[in-house]
Amino acid sequence: MVSFTLNNRQVSLDADPSTPLLWAIRDHVGLTGTKYGCGAGLCGACTIHVDGIAQRSCQMDVGSVAGKTLVTIEGLSPDSSHPLQKAWIVEEVPQCGYCQSGQIMKAAELLAKNPKPSRADIMTHMDGNICRCGTYHRIIAAIERASKGA
Amino acid sequence: MNIIDTNLSRRSVLAGLGGMAFCIAIGNDGVRLMSQAQANTLANASVTPWVRIAPDGRITILSAGAEMGQGSMTSLPLIVAEELDADWSKVAIEWTPADAKIYGYKDPFGTEQLMWIVGSRAVQLYFTQLRTAGAQVRKVLIANAAQKWGVDPATLKTEPSVVVNPANGARLTYGEIAAFGTIPATLPAVDPKELKDRKDFRLIGKSVPRRDTPLKVNGTAQYAIDVKLPGMVYASTLHSPVHNAQAGIWDPGKQDQSAAAPESWNDAEVKAMKGVIGIVKLANGLAVVADHFETAKAGRDALKVTWSRAKADGFSSARALDDYVRIHADPNAQAVKLEEKGDVKAAFAGAAKTYHAEFRSDYGYHAQMEPLNAVVRINDAGDKADVWEGSQAPDESRKAVAKALGLKDEQVDFHQCYMGGGFGRRSLGDYAAECALIAKEVRRPVKLIWTREEDIAQGMFRPQSFQCLEAATDASGKVTGWKHCVVGDGEFLLITGIKIPYYGVPNQYIERRGVSHGIKLKHWRAVGHVFNTFAIESFVDQMAVDQGVDPIEFRLERMGATPKARKVFEALAQMSDYKAKRPDGRAIGISITERSGSLGAGAVEISLERATGKIRVHKVWAAIDGGVIVQPAAAKANVESAIIYGLSSILHERVTIKNGVVEQSNFHDYNVMRMSDLPEELNVRFVEVDTRPTGLGEIGNPFIAGAISNAFYRLTGKRLRHLPFTPERVLETFKA
Repeated sequence: MVSFTLNNRQVSLDADPSTPLLWAIRDHVGLTGTKYGCGAGLCGACTIHVDGIAQRSCQMDVGSVAGKTLVTIEGLSPDSSHPLQKAWIVEEVPQCGYCQSGQIMKAAELLAKNPKPSRADIMTHMDGNICRCGTYHRIIAAIERASKGA
Repeated sequence: MNIIDTNLSRRSVLAGLGGMAFCIAIGNDGVRLMSQAQANTLANASVTPWVRIAPDGRITILSAGAEMGQGSMTSLPLIVAEELDADWSKVAIEWTPADAKIYGYKDPFGTEQLMWIVGSRAVQLYFTQLRTAGAQVRKVLIANAAQKWGVDPATLKTEPSVVVNPANGARLTYGEIAAFGTIPATLPAVDPKELKDRKDFRLIGKSVPRRDTPLKVNGTAQYAIDVKLPGMVYASTLHSPVHNAQAGIWDPGKQDQSAAAPESWNDAEVKAMKGVIGIVKLANGLAVVADHFETAKAGRDALKVTWSRAKADGFSSARALDDYVRIHADPNAQAVKLEEKGDVKAAFAGAAKTYHAEFRSDYGYHAQMEPLNAVVRINDAGDKADVWEGSQAPDESRKAVAKALGLKDEQVDFHQCYMGGGFGRRSLGDYAAECALIAKEVRRPVKLIWTREEDIAQGMFRPQSFQCLEAATDASGKVTGWKHCVVGDGEFLLITGIKIPYYGVPNQYIERRGVSHGIKLKHWRAVGHVFNTFAIESFVDQMAVDQGVDPIEFRLERMGATPKARKVFEALAQMSDYKAKRPDGRAIGISITERSGSLGAGAVEISLERATGKIRVHKVWAAIDGGVIVQPAAAKANVESAIIYGLSSILHERVTIKNGVVEQSNFHDYNVMRMSDLPEELNVRFVEVDTRPTGLGEIGNPFIAGAISNAFYRLTGKRLRHLPFTPERVLETFKA
């Protein structure tokens, strides 16, 4: 049994501690907003927050998050009201949308640490998250919009 | 949590609806809209609702626009809503069933009805059909209002979702009409002249937000990989490392190789692993089935298989490219003529000067972000299957599953999901058919997910190519003769974009010389255009440079560019100011491409890191003739996406095959573009025209390679001739 806080809820899972956190969240808990892209920590589609730090959930075992606080895209805001989510809609960022949960979670970590990031800060912070539809320029625009509170 | 129950049949859904239902039906005269009552009396017609209007005013429009990020899911119903004069805020969108006889467009290359959302087809091929359907529903609503008011329908008008009588100001909303209205046995005909004037469009051309966007910022958009059914188990496949082999020792003396024995793999060992339920043999691999995906994958990773022999055994992609050169040089090699115009021999015999150039390109992989996957459930009697998949061709997937299970198409219900990228890969239903076979064998609902490693290793790929181009010019420098030969595997995949209808060269001979390697190949965002346009436009640039003529001027005057091409070049010249001096260390290159009826001229401004060979693209411009633009914002996003996809493939992406096995395995060695390589500027403009919409999903991609290679020549005096332009290759060219 592994217990942790997920999106403000206490969760106890009867899963092998070696279960990859990604699959524990998606299949054992049933929150599917966090995506499988590469399974090797290379694309960022599975990005979630663990104690406020953006982590690749495919690279962590569920046993390693016992007692920790996790936030997935479903828990970022109850009603898509996080400034990044609002900016994402205004800038019409998503195309296929598959990487976007990971992009938003990665960007949310940035704004939490650095509310007014420069363009260079954004590029450096977001470079590990692949978007195959090539929405990078809109991701930048949305992060800048959110950082300005617009 | 996406537990889905689909016990409701479509027919019962239909029967239970209030309001009016309009149906699309197939007759000898093609697809037409008809009343439900009439449709239901047609003994052999397949009928399904297309537009429904509820008494509360809610309008449901079904969408055949499979959604992989391009926005067609919204654009297609919007075309119906425009002519229906619907209040868009009251329109709900649902997926159509996967029945091409009802929901398909006519195959432009055949006679069948298809639902394939490929080749940038959705808006251009559904446009007229959907406008007509919307106009017909509007006419029925007007007729009902006219009857109620006792007036001539011709005197009535509509505002969004309201029929209005201008004579007395009387109004009836569409919902109010739905509550009492009837549908005539024969629906009114719509003359194309009755369709709205462009100036009256309220939705077309107005950048209406996509309906899927809100679901894609909070994790609720449902992809097939997110579907969960009661009692569902998980499957992970291991396909043969060499394409098209099978698990099992190959015995040349045996007729039936499919009967390969489990002793060809460590069956007992894997079956004893935690959570493993079974192992299912597939045509080209094995599937480990388990209680969870991670246990299925662990089983899959533990498999040790002896594979049969396959055609691609020992295949080397590098060696094959060298073979292509020999095939081109071989006068006895088989060639397929693709284009013959005028007298090429005479043009070359009488030429003032001739030119010659050769180009190569490597295999490319789609790298869609959502690895291939599907969910299948078969009922206990084995006579009904449900499939969940994100598919560019739901009709093909349904067929593939039906075939795999020995069922009729009608016994398979296809449930469309959002696609985490398609790019041409998701139109076969191959993995859905695999999932169906697994579900049949384990008698449980199954979710099959290919690992990223499988997704890369199994392709299917954009083919590699060798190309030779020759041209003849007359004394004035005008190109009078043109020869282009492409060599490679992939037949129709190899030849897209090889013709040059945007140029007026009078004498042309274009051919393909084919080989077959046993490597799996597939459509890929504009496929052949990527390497063919690269070769064509690099070659044209080479001639322009040789003649000392401005590159656009050369294309207009000496290649005989068509008026349509002239228009996009003029727009490009204006927006890019391409003659202006660039900053030190930078150069601009231009190219043109057609795709799916659209025409685009593009330019890139690049610099080169001379120590590493890394090309940086700073600015990109594209001027595009896509006809009337139905959704400008989505269209622009599409072109931007194709530009990035093009840049990524041209600068980073390369699949190589050695000893029959793909050498790349994940995003560490199949490099796709990341944010740090994003150009500082992406400029997209649609030229103002009044012609029908043409395809826009791919037009932003094929001009990139030629534009970069032409800019590189202007920067270095060297010409890049082999795609992709990886830093090592660029350095080699630069230092040569």
